[in-house]
Amino acid sequence: MIPGTFDYHAPATVDEAIRLLGELGDEAKLLAGGHSLLPMMKLRFASPKHLIDLNRIGALKGIREQSGMIHIGAMTTENELIASALLREKCPLLPEAAKWISDPQVRNCGTLGGDIAHGDPGNDHPAVMMAVDAVFVLQGPRGERLIVADRFFHGLYYTELAPDEILTEIRIPAVSKGTGYAYCKLKRKTGDFATAAAAVQLRLDGGVCKKINIALTNVAPTALKAGDAEMSLTGKVIDEALIEQAARKAMAVCDPAEDQRGNRDYKTHMAGEMTRRAIRQALARAKGN
Amino acid sequence: MATTAEYLEREQKLEGIGCARKRKEDPRFIQGKGHYVDDVHLPGMLFGAVVRSPHAHARIKSINKEKALALPGVRAVLTAEDLKPLKLHWMPTLAGDVQAVLADEKVCFQYQEVAMVIADDRYLAADGVDLVEVEYEPLPALVDPHHAMDADAPVIREDLVGKDEAGQGKRVHDNHIFRWEVGDKAATDRIFATADVTVKQAVLNPRVHPCPLETCGCVASFDKVRGELTVYITSQAPHVVRTVVSLLSGLPESKIRIISPDIGGGFGNKVGIYPGYVGAIVASIVFGRPVKWIESRIENLSTTAFARDYHMVGELAADKNGRIKALRVNVLADHGAFNAHAQPTKWPAGFFSICTGSYDIPVAYARVDGVYTNKAPGGVAYRCSFRVTEAVHLIERMIDILAQKLGIDKAEIRFRNFIKPEQFPYHSALGWDYDSGDYPTALKKVLEAVNYPALREEQAEKRTRGELMGIGICTFTEIVGAGPSKNCDILGVGMFDSCEIRVHPTGSAIARIGTITQGQGHQTTYAQIIATELGLPSEVIQVEEGDTNTAPYGLGTYGSRSTPVGGAATANAARKLRDKARKIAAHLLEVSADDLDWEIDRFKVKGVPGQEKTMKEIAWAAYNNVPPGMEMGLEAVEYYDPPNFTYPFGAYLCVLDIDRYTGETKVRRFYALDDCGTRINPMIIEGQIHGGLTEAYAVAMGQLIAFDAGGNLLSNSLMDYFLPTAVETPKWETDFTVTPSPHHPLGAKGVAESPHVGGIPCFTNAVNDAFAHLGVTQIDMPHTAFNVWKTIHELGLDNRA
Ligand SMILES: Cc1cc2nc3c(=O)[nH]c(=O)nc-3n(C[C@H](O)[C@H](O)[C@H](O)COP(=O)(O)OP(=O)(O)OC[C@H]3O[C@@H](n4cnc5c(N)ncnc54)[C@H](O)[C@@H]3O)c2cc1C
Repeated sequence: MIPGTFDYHAPATVDEAIRLLGELGDEAKLLAGGHSLLPMMKLRFASPKHLIDLNRIGALKGIREQSGMIHIGAMTTENELIASALLREKCPLLPEAAKWISDPQVRNCGTLGGDIAHGDPGNDHPAVMMAVDAVFVLQGPRGERLIVADRFFHGLYYTELAPDEILTEIRIPAVSKGTGYAYCKLKRKTGDFATAAAAVQLRLDGGVCKKINIALTNVAPTALKAGDAEMSLTGKVIDEALIEQAARKAMAVCDPAEDQRGNRDYKTHMAGEMTRRAIRQALARAKGN
Repeated sequence: MATTAEYLEREQKLEGIGCARKRKEDPRFIQGKGHYVDDVHLPGMLFGAVVRSPHAHARIKSINKEKALALPGVRAVLTAEDLKPLKLHWMPTLAGDVQAVLADEKVCFQYQEVAMVIADDRYLAADGVDLVEVEYEPLPALVDPHHAMDADAPVIREDLVGKDEAGQGKRVHDNHIFRWEVGDKAATDRIFATADVTVKQAVLNPRVHPCPLETCGCVASFDKVRGELTVYITSQAPHVVRTVVSLLSGLPESKIRIISPDIGGGFGNKVGIYPGYVGAIVASIVFGRPVKWIESRIENLSTTAFARDYHMVGELAADKNGRIKALRVNVLADHGAFNAHAQPTKWPAGFFSICTGSYDIPVAYARVDGVYTNKAPGGVAYRCSFRVTEAVHLIERMIDILAQKLGIDKAEIRFRNFIKPEQFPYHSALGWDYDSGDYPTALKKVLEAVNYPALREEQAEKRTRGELMGIGICTFTEIVGAGPSKNCDILGVGMFDSCEIRVHPTGSAIARIGTITQGQGHQTTYAQIIATELGLPSEVIQVEEGDTNTAPYGLGTYGSRSTPVGGAATANAARKLRDKARKIAAHLLEVSADDLDWEIDRFKVKGVPGQEKTMKEIAWAAYNNVPPGMEMGLEAVEYYDPPNFTYPFGAYLCVLDIDRYTGETKVRRFYALDDCGTRINPMIIEGQIHGGLTEAYAVAMGQLIAFDAGGNLLSNSLMDYFLPTAVETPKWETDFTVTPSPHHPLGAKGVAESPHVGGIPCFTNAVNDAFAHLGVTQIDMPHTAFNVWKTIHELGLDNRA
């Protein structure tokens, strides 16, 4: 439980961080909250020679609204997400899901950007990002590019981020009237990753589901969009039978790995159950709005 | 005459037996001022780190230390080859077997100790571990104990091939360790052959780990000039460690000082002697410098002693009314690669024969076969007396299964079988002499408190709607306080315990006891015993344990033996002092000792109001004015060899609801009634019960040391090994009855392990009860959501029609 030796860098600006990342190359790792990276280093699964700490870069922090979009700095911590009144009003799924992440210690340090960039299917934010139609801002030596959450996650610990890029900001459309949302997560205990979880955000208009996003956590090498399930509900008045059908379609896209949380069969069934529960809750909330 | 108010006030001032006095330990713990082994920093200290096997079973082809030794700051890399000349590459275990200190030619479990790197700091030691190159030739691993004695099973212990004995009697296969039998087999078989009803069930107590918050470790410091060895160590039995270290090292016991400082929980994990300790001690002797070794969490869960792994088959024979006529048990015990089971020497299966439980079972027979597998050694008593959790688990499951078969209520069948209050002292079919108990009263009290009939009605109604609700009952009897030296010893040392008390001239006192607290609050409760016995306020009684240079020899703390044995020694030592004090008081008051009455904190002359001497006054006189011919001072020592064990008992009830779509279990109510005889500190008892129930919940609902088919460990971090937090832990309701032990000087029995022993079967009985109406007889632990869901899914209960 002791990492190998490394050098520590603490740049004050994004440009400096990008320059360092370019110079130090493969040997370097960005350090955000450290709650995924440091455990891997302590187990010596990762042994970077350089850590580039992003914590001193003020520009990477903060939550603000700009022309209907919520902009969240990548270094914003889970607890800051949970405490944000703006998010509770304009993107309520995000703070709700953040509360399900690990425990208070982890949420005090862990960042939204780190949770996304890590590319771990067990992390909760990737599915949430898909459910809220997030856009990621990636900055590198060649400048800035935007990418939607759906296109970001390629595989286990493998994302669209180039080795010399930094995820600087997350942009999320503010919710409109008639929106309902829910994050349903099954976990063994406080501090655990999901056995399976479902993020749902939907919009009703006159009782009809105009749009629904359903995304799943930890039931495949990446977070998953349940496209068929979404399609089966779009344009419909959602009832129990449709929910059941959608849950089955969500189960069909699962490809989980067996571990101590359960076997593939269990995890797939739990993805279905979490989907049912999340749709029901989102629906109830949308009707209440 | 003192008025009642004065009398009470004086008594309360003492904060003696029965007082819910706050724990003296807590101010330092809650302020981070505890002093644990890892807080010990000595000048020039080196650090040890262990190179461990990635394989469960492999031959070691070569070990190359060169790269590690080339790293500046790495001082040595110890291997079996280096320890051989000292004859320390193997060491004896508490169970009569031997264990490799560092792997000798082959490794027999994953994470086994292969080499130890000694370096200037713990970071360099860790880097050094990475640089040691070990070449292995993997061998087939034996993981399933049920296949240990197959004809073609891989032989784990080549060092024992051809030996028909491994320290515990005859063995019949290379992977067999011992067979232990107790009871009357022929008589038991006869009853089974003709009984009205019989039930038979395989019941598993899976491999778990005590997982104390503080992992194991030590700082060994050898002074070459003085020839003295001091070891700070996470040990539940420091004196035993001293004896073992002396036997192993050849150093005189008088030149060895073992110190157990504050210990962050033990639960049996800190009873044994581990290779890391031996490595640190050897390195310290070689270098003449202090050497620290501290386990990581992964090392703790992977290598230092596990618990349970009992694969049991229980059978009951009964009449039509559910009166049990006989019990038959066969156990396959997985002891891992070395038999390092912690136990009194003569008890290869501990006190498993307490498995007749709280019931009057006329005839019984039990047999335990221990086998080797490619897993870490151990088999310690995890918050229980030796193998008592397993025994209670078996009988408490079996009686439920019998009730289910006969259609008798699970509370009712217990009333029909209880040993009756008037049967005590009770001699059990398997040879134990239960000291005292009143089981029916305890269970009745619990059933009334929870309104049991209403719960059963609710359950019946829920069942009609397909909902899963379980009610678990457990009426357990523990056997603690090992133990009488006539049947208990460790490496030949009788299992007495000891106390030495010195009362100072100004009326304060220091007491040293041979046990060692690991969270039980000894500094608080022992002082209370002395306060009541001596009439001095507990506030001025200092209690010290854990330093073999100061404490009298004792066997340590495990198996709930502190109060039954150490507490008795403390009471008796105090009584010796009171006898002396009486004589001094008589001398001061110029009366005969027989003319004095003891009253709370003083001796009074019978019938002469005002003629009295307080203990404080007597303490002063002990140092300047004693009767002619009497030695000065006020000191006493007691080595207490208990005449019997104590038998605490309890009645527990658990109500839980199961989510039939996720398999999650929610404990709605848990009511725990304990009877530990005289209660010394009710607040500490309650705290211990909360802790024990929480660990019971952990074991029943989630803990498992899991392996894959190749012997690779799957659950050796706290991500996968279940340690409940405050969020998961149910709310506990506690209650008590008081049935004193007739042979203990205070009438006290042990208590801190009862909730673990009784709690586990209570939870598992509740989960099984939730499915009982569907014909399910046994679902093994741990009752994780996944495991519970498997049962649900097999039964089709999660179908959404
Ligand atoms: C006990 C425990 C339980 C946990 N449970 C959960 C859980 O239930 N759900 C969950 O979602 N997470 C969980 N986590 C993970 C936690 O949320 C981490 O904080 C998160 O995954 C990573 O964020 P971080 O800020 O700590 O990043 P770090 O650990 O510092 O970094 C993670 C990775 O992302 C890279 N990175 C970080 N920031 C950026 C950036 N801005 N641009 C590019 N790359 C970057 C780093 O180089 C590193 O490779 C748990 C962690 C622990 C220790």
